[in-house]
Amino acid sequence: MDLSTDYLGLRLRSPIVASASPVSATLDGIRRVVDAGAGAVVLYSLFEEQVRAQEVEDLLLTEAHEGAFGEALDYFPNAPSVGPAGTTPYLRHLERAAAAVDVPVIASLNGSTPGGWTSIASSMESAGAAALELNVYAVPGDEGVTGADVERRHLEILAGVREAVSIPLAVKLSPFFSATGDVAAALDAAGADGLVLFNRFLQPDVDTEAIRVVPGVTFSSPVEARLPRTWIAILRHRVHGSLAATTGVDAAEDVVAYLLAGADVVMTASALLRHGPEHVGVLASGLAAWLERKGFASVDGARGLLAVPEGAHAGAEARAGYVRALEEARGHYGSLA
Amino acid sequence: MRTTIDGNEACADVAFRLNELCAIYPITPSSAMAELADEWSSHGRTNVWGTVPTVVEMQSEGGAAGALHGALQAGALSTTFTASQGLLLMIPNLYKIAGELTSSVIHVAARSLAAQGLSIFGDHQDVMAVRQTGFALLSSGSVQEAHDFALVAQAATLRARVPFVHFFDGFRTSHELNSVELLDDDVLRALVPEELVREHRLRALSPERPFVRGTAQNPDVYFQARETVNPYYAATPGIVQAAMDDLAEHTGRAYRLAQYDGHPEAERVIVVMGSGGETAVETARHLAAAGERVGVLRLRLFRPFPAAQLLAALPLTTRAVAVLDRTKEPGAGGEPLFLDVAAALAEGFTDGALPRLPRVLGGRYGLSSKEFTPGMVAGVFAALDDPASPARFTVGIHDDVGRTSLPYDPNLDIEHDDTLRAVFFGIGSDGTVGANKNTIKILGADESVFAQAYFVYDSKKSGGSTVSHLRFGPHPIHAPYLVRQAGFVGCHHLGLLEKLDVLAVARPGGTLLLNAPLPPEEVWDALPGPVQEQVVAKGLRLFAIDAGRVARDAGLPGRTNTVLQTCFFAISGVLPHDEAIEQVRGAVRKTYGRRGQEVVARNEAAIDATLGELHAIPVPDAATSSRPLPPVVPASAPEFVRTVTATMMAGRGDDLPVSALPVDGTWPSGTTAYEKRRISEQVALWDPEACIQCGNCAFVCPHSVLRAKLYDGSALDGAPEGFESAPLNAVGLPESRYTLQVYAEDCTGCGLCVEACPVTAAPGTDLKAINLTDDRAVLDAGRERVAFFETIPLPPRNRVDLGTVRGTQFLQPLFEFSGACAGCGETPYLKLLTQLFGDRATVANATGCSSIYGGNLPTTPWAANADGRGPAWSNSLFEDNAEFGLGMRLAADLHTRLARQRLRELREDVGPDLADALLGAEQLRESQLRDQHDRLAELLRRLDALEGGERSAAVADLRSVADHLLRRSVWIVGGDGWAYDIGAGGLDHVLASGRDVNVLVMDTEVYSNTGGQSSKATPLAAVAKFAAAGKAVPKKDLALQAIAYGNVYVARVAMGADPQQTLRAFREAEAYDGPSLIIAYSHCIAHGIEMSKGLDQQKRAVDSGHWPLIRFDPTLRDRDDNPFLLDSPRPTIPLRDYVYRELRYRSLRNASPDEAERLLGLAQHAVDQRWATYEEMATRSAADFMPDARAGADTGRTSWT
Repeated sequence: MDLSTDYLGLRLRSPIVASASPVSATLDGIRRVVDAGAGAVVLYSLFEEQVRAQEVEDLLLTEAHEGAFGEALDYFPNAPSVGPAGTTPYLRHLERAAAAVDVPVIASLNGSTPGGWTSIASSMESAGAAALELNVYAVPGDEGVTGADVERRHLEILAGVREAVSIPLAVKLSPFFSATGDVAAALDAAGADGLVLFNRFLQPDVDTEAIRVVPGVTFSSPVEARLPRTWIAILRHRVHGSLAATTGVDAAEDVVAYLLAGADVVMTASALLRHGPEHVGVLASGLAAWLERKGFASVDGARGLLAVPEGAHAGAEARAGYVRALEEARGHYGSLA
Repeated sequence: MRTTIDGNEACADVAFRLNELCAIYPITPSSAMAELADEWSSHGRTNVWGTVPTVVEMQSEGGAAGALHGALQAGALSTTFTASQGLLLMIPNLYKIAGELTSSVIHVAARSLAAQGLSIFGDHQDVMAVRQTGFALLSSGSVQEAHDFALVAQAATLRARVPFVHFFDGFRTSHELNSVELLDDDVLRALVPEELVREHRLRALSPERPFVRGTAQNPDVYFQARETVNPYYAATPGIVQAAMDDLAEHTGRAYRLAQYDGHPEAERVIVVMGSGGETAVETARHLAAAGERVGVLRLRLFRPFPAAQLLAALPLTTRAVAVLDRTKEPGAGGEPLFLDVAAALAEGFTDGALPRLPRVLGGRYGLSSKEFTPGMVAGVFAALDDPASPARFTVGIHDDVGRTSLPYDPNLDIEHDDTLRAVFFGIGSDGTVGANKNTIKILGADESVFAQAYFVYDSKKSGGSTVSHLRFGPHPIHAPYLVRQAGFVGCHHLGLLEKLDVLAVARPGGTLLLNAPLPPEEVWDALPGPVQEQVVAKGLRLFAIDAGRVARDAGLPGRTNTVLQTCFFAISGVLPHDEAIEQVRGAVRKTYGRRGQEVVARNEAAIDATLGELHAIPVPDAATSSRPLPPVVPASAPEFVRTVTATMMAGRGDDLPVSALPVDGTWPSGTTAYEKRRISEQVALWDPEACIQCGNCAFVCPHSVLRAKLYDGSALDGAPEGFESAPLNAVGLPESRYTLQVYAEDCTGCGLCVEACPVTAAPGTDLKAINLTDDRAVLDAGRERVAFFETIPLPPRNRVDLGTVRGTQFLQPLFEFSGACAGCGETPYLKLLTQLFGDRATVANATGCSSIYGGNLPTTPWAANADGRGPAWSNSLFEDNAEFGLGMRLAADLHTRLARQRLRELREDVGPDLADALLGAEQLRESQLRDQHDRLAELLRRLDALEGGERSAAVADLRSVADHLLRRSVWIVGGDGWAYDIGAGGLDHVLASGRDVNVLVMDTEVYSNTGGQSSKATPLAAVAKFAAAGKAVPKKDLALQAIAYGNVYVARVAMGADPQQTLRAFREAEAYDGPSLIIAYSHCIAHGIEMSKGLDQQKRAVDSGHWPLIRFDPTLRDRDDNPFLLDSPRPTIPLRDYVYRELRYRSLRNASPDEAERLLGLAQHAVDQRWATYEEMATRSAADFMPDARAGADTGRTSWT
């Protein structure tokens, strides 16, 4: 079965892509997902804040004791750095990953502010990234920041990085825009080669015993796929760039559902963490079996069959789906409203 | 090409390009040359022949000289860099290298020698101590000369075959930044052609043409053979002059071996070497222009002594000569340069080369970088006119004992009016020095501007002041002395106005910039009266900025350098305003570019914010404040402290006359107690409600500023308001109270106490039972509360459980308020040592951080208790500390035996019961020691009564050694540079001696004091200076080496991981009647950690298996138990989780990720391997270790029972 597909202008052998997760933190993990059939690998994210904070921390640590005492005016040798401070291990990993596997390796850059990204992005390009995924991860805690500010920031970041690199760029979006479609279209128009829907916020939890906030990570579940799938269905014929689905992929049916909605590729992290990197193979063979069973010769044949048709009114379509869902629910549970 | 660099870089730049091998070892002030060589080599920089020089760090300067000798004999062009005692350690090899006519150059940043005290500063004592070795001595007097003469020396040595010491003044030249014309590779190759290099190789050992060199010679030939070299020495001056002439041809810079400047028909001439020559020449020109017939003869070559050139250069009109030596040779007829010049002149006169024999005076100047100013030069010229002047004089000090000192005018100013001068006062590490280096580089980059900068540092490692002296202008700057009249004064810390006479250097009409954490309208009123008066009297323009706030707002807390540098450019007028700001921006991008965009962005934000926050402060017509300057020390301080120490603390030590100073290097203990430095904005604040009185905070406090007392509630009568107290949290003492007193004015705000506190004071907060506060009221109230606290008696030691951390907090530290770095990882161990054993301890302290924070004047932290007892401390050298301490033990053993013998003889006189009790007492437990202490006091009383009796000789003898009846605790302390490297041989020998010494190695895993160079304690995968590419050899297991002897008590401890184990190890080691070794993990600023996290890092070091806690206690074998105890659990975290929290490891990952990964893998393997070894050892039986020969061994040891 031909599973090959196009994503960001890259020809992939399979639409199943390992998304940013600890699996891609080691060469072994990368080799395993690729051996299992992944079409591409998105490396774990390099966090802009961490890079910035590390830069400043290293500066303060170095300078905090300089020029204080006659016997020792400083304490560290001048060592040349391969890239911006704090990025070297990532870049080296990227370089090795790109050399180790024959599928595209996509670097992931996670940040929230303009500037600071461009030099990191070009270092990633030099290190062999086939494409970049910009993970604009902002939780605007400042209540003075408007929705328009947030949207503008996405466009600024994209424009800045676009100028710095020539490899394809995907933007990974948050689901929490008041007008996701508009933002998607704007990014598409501004030169994004693809959109990745959606980012999952790793929202912190509360430890009620210690009375403190603790970081919490939970795997996604298939039910969470509904929101991104809806948007992929809506955007399929409204953007020029690629669409990547992420969130809620556990079984082959989840992959199929996304493809039917119109995704070019389907990404998963949770399933790989839950079942191991080899799970990519399970998903791929499940996909192939489904395609065969349904009589499709390739992925392209099935892609977008359930997308909102070109020219249709997306709002009406979605509204219709909503009303239908409500009616079905009423049938099961009685009146909801 | 013009650039602005310091003397060390100027010299090393040429030395590196003209050698194939550098054998290095760190020693101030030469370390930077070795560091640069190591860095260049690790970056692949090549010499002029296209190969990358090999740089090898040795275990000592002696080792470096040995490696140098070997490399030279094997044909490599080789060099080393050193100073002071380091050069002295090379002397045996210097004779060999010279005796074998081996071409080589050693570059020396000339420095004082340790005599009555150590000094890191510059003079010629070290190079004068090698003048007899056969090395030629070539002297550079400026940064440019240090660059040029590094080449001249190399060119000359290869032709002359005589090896050279090329030297320049430590600090004054080595650390002075000045405009330098760099030498091209082509010029280097022209003066050092490859044929010479090949000839050098052909003279080397080779199996191709075998010969023997280094034979033993007998009376028949040794003498004649020694005379064979004479023609080579005779030819050398000519060869050096020819090399100088070659240089002149290529560069236009002409030098003479003996260079005369001044009036062509001078009558009075000064002869001088080194940077003082620059001052002398400038002054002579100044005086000659005014018609005085004076001149200066600068001697560039001192060995072989160029007598003919000297006579040729001296004006025939000379009537009187003053020869200035920057060295001291006690007991000599005169200093070396004087003697040689006098001999040359006498011979010249005898031979007819001189028409008359001038009067010759010999003087000393500038020892230990003492200032040598135009006024002093003029004073010397004046002395040459005065028949009453002493024939041997000093200049620059007030010698009221020997009456040697010449009078001079301290205010003589000969500088060009268009040379702009600025002085900046900063606090150590606030970035002032770095910013000024940048400023000088910015201004010096303009080809029409000459620039100079020199920096003066405090004697403390934390919170000390720095003073930057900057000059720039259209003329080359030959002024190797401090700025005395500054048109711009920056005071970057308001508090300095109260400690130093900041405005003394301000020129009338100049500009004063203050960094003040105040709104502009409050700045004037915040100034003390005397400061206001000076501002008004001198008509200064006053500007102020709250640089701390601007830096904080820009996301650079504590980094005020960019802010204040911007202020300087904005108001000094050195450049047009906009251009100036743009230049600062450019400098920021250049300096910080490699550190990343964020760092650049924040600095640029700081520049932008600065311009809006800089305010001109109106100056009234008269002072408005009557607030006086605070006294330097309290009026209650002892007289010596009030007169001598306080003068030094106020920065006026130069004014002290000879008579004020101790003759033999003996200084009073415990003087830091009088110096309330108030160096931290944040200080510890105790919460008595939340506190569980565990004592952890006091245990780890590096500065002894947390003191606990338990006392009867009645002692609170008269307590000042706000004095904190809590019921004692202990069973059976219901009436007792507890106070944890913070010595707030001494607190450095390091935060280790907060980290050590196990209490969470309030849920949902980070508050502990001890916290940091920036409330000024706490600081201000501190002195009164501490004074009251000190009136509360200490609990008797027998009421304290010395076996618990909780108990030790009630013991008085006899090591307090040192000038160590805030949060130092070493000092808590020393403090503990003094709490446990201080009143009967002698301490031998290796040179290094601990000898500096422990013994650097003006104030020192080793203190005494209320009885006047306390640790007796001394520092000998770096390399010999174990032997030094062993000597103390041997003397103590001798005198213990003598005391016991005399006591037995006087048994009936002093009373048999007392004598028997003293002789028979076991002295292991604290209670036993207290009892012996009391018996000793009683003995001394009875001896008083026996004085003058028929046995008075024996009585006097017993009295002189009676203190040895109390068990003396001998401690040998130092860092890893000493224990693992330079002192390793001695330490090994002392551990093998079987003697009862206690060795404490405070292991920071680098040479901390000289700036973080690699030692054999540096771990695999860490970056350090001299291991810029990552340490590729595992850390030496010193503990295992010592354990191999079988009879050495050994412990590896880490206070932050297990304070109780640390305490146990100290007590066991001290009680052990044989050699003991404690290796203590000491976190350090050279690790690249936030120091407040030091204890956490210690724990991680243990948890990862990097630092397994162990004890090897030979006494356990007496019970057939396994002496090897593994005190820490099996590693619970991977090594990575420990190391990558430290910059020293992270930076390798940034620079060479593959190598970092490889080395980390090996390091993890090493950890696993060692753990397996230890686990196996921990399961052995007593008989599986080397035999312990203590019992019955006739070592001369005294048994304590």
